[in-house]
Amino acid sequence: MKSGSNLEKVLTAGHFAFTGELGPPRGAHAEEVRKKAVFLKGRVDSVNITDNQTAMVRMASWAASLILIQEGLEPNYQMVCRDRNRLAMQADILGACALGIRNMLCLSGDHCQFGDHPTAKGVFDIDSMQLISTVKKMRDEGKFLSGADLDGKPQIFIGAASNPFADPFEWRVHRLAKKISAGVDFVQTQCIYNMAKFREFIRQANDMGLTEKAYILAGVTPMKSLGMAKYMKGKVPGMDVPDEIISRLQGVARDKQAEEGIKIALEQIAEFKEMKGVHGVHLMAIEWEHRVPEIAERAGMLPRPKV
Amino acid sequence: MIVAKRKPFDEIMQLVKGHKKVLVVGCGTCVAVCLAGGEKEVAVLATELDMGRKLANNPVELGSITLERQCDREYLAQLDGMVKDYDALISMACGVGIQFLAERFPDKPVFPAVDTCGLAVNQDVGWYEERCRSCGRCVLGLTGGICPVTMCAKGLYNGPCGGTNKGSCEINADQPCAWFNIYERLKAQGRLDCLLKVQPPQEWKDTTPRTLIQPGYTKPEKAKT
Ligand code: SF4
Ligand code: SF4
Repeated sequence: MKSGSNLEKVLTAGHFAFTGELGPPRGAHAEEVRKKAVFLKGRVDSVNITDNQTAMVRMASWAASLILIQEGLEPNYQMVCRDRNRLAMQADILGACALGIRNMLCLSGDHCQFGDHPTAKGVFDIDSMQLISTVKKMRDEGKFLSGADLDGKPQIFIGAASNPFADPFEWRVHRLAKKISAGVDFVQTQCIYNMAKFREFIRQANDMGLTEKAYILAGVTPMKSLGMAKYMKGKVPGMDVPDEIISRLQGVARDKQAEEGIKIALEQIAEFKEMKGVHGVHLMAIEWEHRVPEIAERAGMLPRPKV
Repeated sequence: MIVAKRKPFDEIMQLVKGHKKVLVVGCGTCVAVCLAGGEKEVAVLATELDMGRKLANNPVELGSITLERQCDREYLAQLDGMVKDYDALISMACGVGIQFLAERFPDKPVFPAVDTCGLAVNQDVGWYEERCRSCGRCVLGLTGGICPVTMCAKGLYNGPCGGTNKGSCEINADQPCAWFNIYERLKAQGRLDCLLKVQPPQEWKDTTPRTLIQPGYTKPEKAKT
């Protein structure tokens, strides 16, 4: 075991993993985190805690992660390279580990221009690839990035994101390979809507032996409405929403669109369960945490394995 | 070259409002080429200031001069006899020139009339695009001659990020994604292997003031004046 996290145990035992996501509040109320956590408890193996998502200031992801631990859930602590330099990152990794955080997701982070402080200076002292190797070096060699020894190796299950859809498509699998060689243990993908493209991506990853070196969790975000689907298609960089999804949602009455979105997600999950090289699903039900119990139930994900 | 943009007139007015005799100093090199602080721009600013101050019932006595280069002592020396007649200086050079001027005349307030914006190429008259942040450790050899520090909005060394969008950067559809372009260029050259290795964290060289002494030269004990 690299970290002994629940997520790591579930995956190494060969179970199909199911992870969720929780965005910390834009304020100091721990209650907000607890309220959302109720819906996720017992329904997912680990919960991603976003880090100033879309460059909007929120409660620190390590703090919300700790609240989650108090509530008996396992966090997957997200860290972006946008907001801190290598000193702050390593300090946070040590602190997070000392307080019981065992999973981390290493990300570049959205550009500040998207958020509520668009003129802030993005740090990007190191990038996500370099952050992955930093955590690995700390955990496996017991050394800081500088090469100096650290006392008490941080036991972290190292995660990264992967976008299988962005251009150039033929490069995506190599980028995944690069993250794996940098040291990731598990990968959560961008929300998948284009299944044909994803099948091809996983086929390439299987051929290159990548899916044996790291666990791949397929990203799923159910569409809440036609409006959301259109927005994701047109406005969110790096997102690939095929026309079929739009027309399926268009084909049902307005008040049935959310149900149709969930149906699409359930069909995807059913396929991922059978897909070689996919080891789990990462469900990003953004501001829709209260629907997670139902989705988990209908997807046949309950009860979650006890390992 | 170094490019700069003239500051808004109101800001310049505000900077010098307490001074009665002001010398406007232009620079004939980079900022002249990029139409921000050469002889012509000096003349325009002097005229604007003259009118503006008259309208504000606060007339000012103005002088103007454009040096060949403000980042060179040899040319700054031209001002030695002149500066005593003024109580403040406005510089239209880049940030380097402005500081060298201020350093030469430490008892005079020196005000910038331009905002220095970077190291840029001349795309067309009046149109300049940044290309280098003078990081001090050039990686262009690995990136197909496209600078990831400057041209990638996140300055990534192992791009592209997940936001790359059909050849555009996530920040803006009109901004090309540097890493998309790096990929395409290296692919065309058959050099994609350059991208397979993880680039280690940058050893930043631009975190302290830098001094450059070329091989064969030494730093004199005492700076010349
Ligand atoms: S890598 Fe970019 S910023 Fe650094 S010296 Fe080369 S061109 Fe300039
Ligand atoms: S989209 Fe491309 S240029 Fe923009 S931040 Fe990402 S990698 Fe850099």
